[in-house]
Amino acid sequence: MALDITSSPAGDGGTLATGGVPAARRTRNDWLRPNVLWGLVGAVIGYAIGHWAGNAIAHNWQQVQGSDQNNVSLVLGYLVGSVGFLAGLGIVNYPLAKLVGRQPPAPEEAQPGLGKFFRYTLDHKVVGAQYLVAMILYFMVGGLFALLFRTELLSPTSHVITPDAYIELVGMHGTMMMMMMTSAIIGPFGNYLVPLMIGSKRVAFPRLEALSLWLTPAAFVVLLSGLLIGGFPTGWTGYAPLAVQATQGMDSYLVSFGLMALSLLFGAVNMAATIISHRAPGMTFGRLPIFVWAMLSTASIMVLAVPVLFAGLYLMLMDRTWQTAFFTWQHGGSPYLWENLFWFFGHPEVYLLALPSFGILAELLPVFARKPAFGYRTVVAGLIGVGVLSFFVWQHHLFMSGMNPDMRPVVMLTTELISVPTGIVYLGAIGTLWRAKIRITVPMLFCLGLLFNFLLGGITGVFISDVPADTTLHGSFFVLAHFHYTIMGGYMFGFFAGVYYWFPRFTGLQLSEKIGTWHFWTMIVFFNSTFLPLFAVGLLGQPRRVFEYQHRLQGLNDWATISAYLLGVSLLIFLWNIVWTTAIKNRPSSMNPWHSLGLEWTIPYPTPLENFDRVPVVLSSPYDYGVPDRPPVAVVPEPVGVGCGPALSDPVREEDQHG
Amino acid sequence: MSGSTPPSPTHATAAQPRHALRIFLVWLVLSAIATPLVYLVLGPHLPPGGMSDSAASQQFDMKVLTAIATPVVLFIWTYFGYALIFFRSQRGVIEDGPPIRGNRVFQAGWLGITTALVLFLFGFGTYELIHPAGAGAGEGPNPIWSPVSSSSTKPLEVQVIAQQWQFTYRYLNAGGFETTQLYLPVDRPVVFHVTSLDVIHGFWAYQLGVKADANPGVDNVAFTTPTQLGRFEVRCSELCGIWHGAMYNNGYVVSAGAFSQWLTKEQQRHAPDLPLLPPAAPYYNPGAGGGFYGSGQEPNATATPSPFPSSVTSPAGS
Ligand SMILES: [Cu+2]
Repeated sequence: MALDITSSPAGDGGTLATGGVPAARRTRNDWLRPNVLWGLVGAVIGYAIGHWAGNAIAHNWQQVQGSDQNNVSLVLGYLVGSVGFLAGLGIVNYPLAKLVGRQPPAPEEAQPGLGKFFRYTLDHKVVGAQYLVAMILYFMVGGLFALLFRTELLSPTSHVITPDAYIELVGMHGTMMMMMMTSAIIGPFGNYLVPLMIGSKRVAFPRLEALSLWLTPAAFVVLLSGLLIGGFPTGWTGYAPLAVQATQGMDSYLVSFGLMALSLLFGAVNMAATIISHRAPGMTFGRLPIFVWAMLSTASIMVLAVPVLFAGLYLMLMDRTWQTAFFTWQHGGSPYLWENLFWFFGHPEVYLLALPSFGILAELLPVFARKPAFGYRTVVAGLIGVGVLSFFVWQHHLFMSGMNPDMRPVVMLTTELISVPTGIVYLGAIGTLWRAKIRITVPMLFCLGLLFNFLLGGITGVFISDVPADTTLHGSFFVLAHFHYTIMGGYMFGFFAGVYYWFPRFTGLQLSEKIGTWHFWTMIVFFNSTFLPLFAVGLLGQPRRVFEYQHRLQGLNDWATISAYLLGVSLLIFLWNIVWTTAIKNRPSSMNPWHSLGLEWTIPYPTPLENFDRVPVVLSSPYDYGVPDRPPVAVVPEPVGVGCGPALSDPVREEDQHG
Repeated sequence: MSGSTPPSPTHATAAQPRHALRIFLVWLVLSAIATPLVYLVLGPHLPPGGMSDSAASQQFDMKVLTAIATPVVLFIWTYFGYALIFFRSQRGVIEDGPPIRGNRVFQAGWLGITTALVLFLFGFGTYELIHPAGAGAGEGPNPIWSPVSSSSTKPLEVQVIAQQWQFTYRYLNAGGFETTQLYLPVDRPVVFHVTSLDVIHGFWAYQLGVKADANPGVDNVAFTTPTQLGRFEVRCSELCGIWHGAMYNNGYVVSAGAFSQWLTKEQQRHAPDLPLLPPAAPYYNPGAGGGFYGSGQEPNATATPSPFPSSVTSPAGS
């Protein structure tokens, strides 16, 4: 591949952000060092050990009669296999050595070429790039599942696939998109860009960050393996008596969601700590880029919401293996318990998907409007307000459940109130574009697409929050269309805006604007063409997750299915753009192709190993477009005598910080 | 929306057209045309129609919400359409716009308007939820918003028993027989007691505007009064396993006379089944105790009195 993605100039055998490495270690054979292949070997060995242990301790109470497997052995296989995967990648070497009081192994140094992308590495830029590739992979696989079950919906009553295959695919699609894609923006862009945007040489907890990345392929494989053992019938929500009743595929859902919960938690802790404690001098909270604020708000929600999910998954796993009865009403449990635990996480989760895309929107609009971000403080307050309110609305998923009916007006109020901070995002966009000098580029197109789609997603959300209207809409395709407008239409459009905007920062190459324009227009046309009819389908009475529907709804369903295929073609155009730009054209872009004032664009490409030679001193907001005689965004202080804050990346302190 | 006039004293020039006024006028014209059209032309076609009082109330709700949403959407579309036409940079030129960082009046006005809208929607939604009687939604075992009881028509009590993957109905005022057909008389209040024998299902009578989750071990009550004759669709609205998509049947709203004929016929047809059924109860525990599908559970002694008619606690007493 002609693409040079080295993050340090070749021959610079110096220091990685994680400490000095003797150059002699390079002589070891590349294949023998921990890498993803050894991870797979570890996974297989771990799975075998766990599976054997599970059978040994639990063969007398197999839940599935006549099967040589049981839930205990499967769960232990998954868990030990995941540990084996991480061990094969070399992730446990450092903590183990610390634990037994030995000299920890020296971290691997940065390697030129692509090898480092298949390894556990502590460079946040490599982790960000790994995240980007992983997220695109998960997104494409999840989308493929959607195309398969949309095919089944071409006909109201005759079947292309069996009902159980249909429900498995629906569950796989939902889980893949809602769970694996939670990190689609905070993973690639948060990890890669936040240190660059706040003027830091490194992140706070690089080992946690790398662990958060490497848990995602483990979760991905565990989830997909569920297809081999019958899948799970519950969709991504995993409602309780059904999930307790379900066969072994349910365990893959529980374990993979649990691994992903850990990944979110570790990633969020690192993100919040980095933003709070690793800002360059002068990078006050009042000058923090809005994208970084969005990352901070997102990470804070994650840290508070994900543990509740993890607890719920753990209880469910106990119900299925140790035969506890947290969710079985005959033995004193309650199905409501799962609904509440799940949605206490699940509703903040949808804002985990909304906030990062708002951050990208608010970050990019000033660049392409050539104006300061309008109402900076108000927008930031909106991002925080969405985060706070998101913890008080989850019961709107239970409007029809019969639980606590007299509390419904309160939840209706909190749910509708969240449209005020969300509306602030539009306030900011309107103000920023006012009398602006708008440049239409592909990232800007995706921002405008986000504004268009999210408007419809948000307005339809008000219908669902209204209990009388929700009595018809709850559990129907209307809800499905609503959240696809916010997530696919909002979140993923924000994601693609970020990909096009920061691709030069990641790779030194600018994605083709021409192919990108094709990608955008096909995507927005076929996205709307797919999901707009689904509002009508829901209004006309089709429940979600059904493989048979009323004959009168066939026309609309077929239209949506065919549009979904074309939406898939649009995503192929995106992949083609990446191939064309990197492998075929491969022409370096300029250092700051968008003429942005952002700190991340002041760094030359390839990005130096420690981002900044010396920690910069930030002098002004990154949005001061049009300000007469604006000072530079940041200056690099003289090496001597100028206070430049704590030595943020002193290798000597490294070990103390990660002990 | 006239507050959207961010003045910028340093950059305002006489040559600038009055953007805010233009946007406001375009929006005003579009809204004045579209909002009545949406309410009067689209509105009557909005679901779930007018087959019951709860359906009519939900349709009214959707009409009002759509009418409110129309000018909001039009404002955003008008603004961004205008901005993309008039606020463009020259091709290939990097030039900065005026450095407007904010506008107190616009920001406060925006927050004020959105908050006022939200508070109105909350009040409106709450009123619509209480009138009529919980708007057809499941209200749990102890409903607080019940239909205004009139002595002339005693409500018809129907227990909806969901299981993988079908609905059955017990007519509690008619001896508690069980059938897979759902017939309702017109103009008589109906009380649905929705419960499940296994996993969570959802009882969704689409044209009646009734939806209530069927939870195992829970009696979820929903009210409606059918006002038009005809057929309605019943579907399961909570994912309940592989055949969730096949869990539907049709119900019928018929005249009072036809209903009593049907009732008599069904009672006779199902008389032999009655001894096999457990006593009618708010919910059942399959596999525990005798009976066709397990033992009936006594309502919690501490709860408010059961809405169940005392005449049906024993199926033999019909
Ligand atoms: Cu069902």
